[in-house]
Amino acid sequence: MSHSSPSSSPEDSICIDLRNPYLAALLAWLCPGAGHLYQRRYGKGVLFMVCILSTYLFGFTIGGGHVVYASWIKNDRRWQYACQIGVGLPALPAIIQNKLERNPEKEPLANGIMAPPSRIDAKKMDELSLWHAQYGAMFEIGTLYTMVAGLLNIVVIFDAYGGPVILNYQVSGSRGPPGKSDE
Amino acid sequence: MNIYQHMTGEIPLLLGNVPQFIYLIPLMLVCSLVYGATRHELWGPIYQNSMRTLVWLVCFVGILFGVFLFSSWLV
Repeated sequence: MSHSSPSSSPEDSICIDLRNPYLAALLAWLCPGAGHLYQRRYGKGVLFMVCILSTYLFGFTIGGGHVVYASWIKNDRRWQYACQIGVGLPALPAIIQNKLERNPEKEPLANGIMAPPSRIDAKKMDELSLWHAQYGAMFEIGTLYTMVAGLLNIVVIFDAYGGPVILNYQVSGSRGPPGKSDE
Repeated sequence: MNIYQHMTGEIPLLLGNVPQFIYLIPLMLVCSLVYGATRHELWGPIYQNSMRTLVWLVCFVGILFGVFLFSSWLV
């Protein structure tokens, strides 16, 4: 499937092989930049990997490893995780930790990294309050960084699936993206 | 972090205490780079688009900052 354009931009002569766009999108979600590496778009793949993973890891580190966790119980509805999960594999252990934390017979792994806070009680000093007191503004900034990393990766997933958004270029693959078909 | 830093919003960094909005700068840089790269395939246009987006972001945040600063001055 290809698309030609009459304009004279240097990018018009580029032919992008998206290979299998579905697999590329899945890889891009699992690891930022991996979908582009699979498509042999190495420069952009490395750029996305460095930018998104470093943003995520920086936020994760300054938040003491507690800013990414999955929880949906009373007094602790962690909606931010819906954005953080966009990073893929680096955020997925939070789901396992949530299952372990909520099971009274099991302990969270790795010293509770990515585990939800225990003993949530709005009227007492619970573990979430302790994290806020301990890390102060870093907890919020770390949460912001990890959320932005996840949201940015969603844009990257679309780029891996359908190619750059606004350009005239040639696309080939087992399935071309919507709107890039021959006119 | 002591109570003064907590109240003033200053965060201890490697080179001393800095205001929190310093942390916005790398975030805006990353956002503009990734956004530009999802719109172009060559490095030249990616760089140009990223710079445009970065300037736009800085202006937008700067205007917001000015509005809030002016509001706090009024109150």
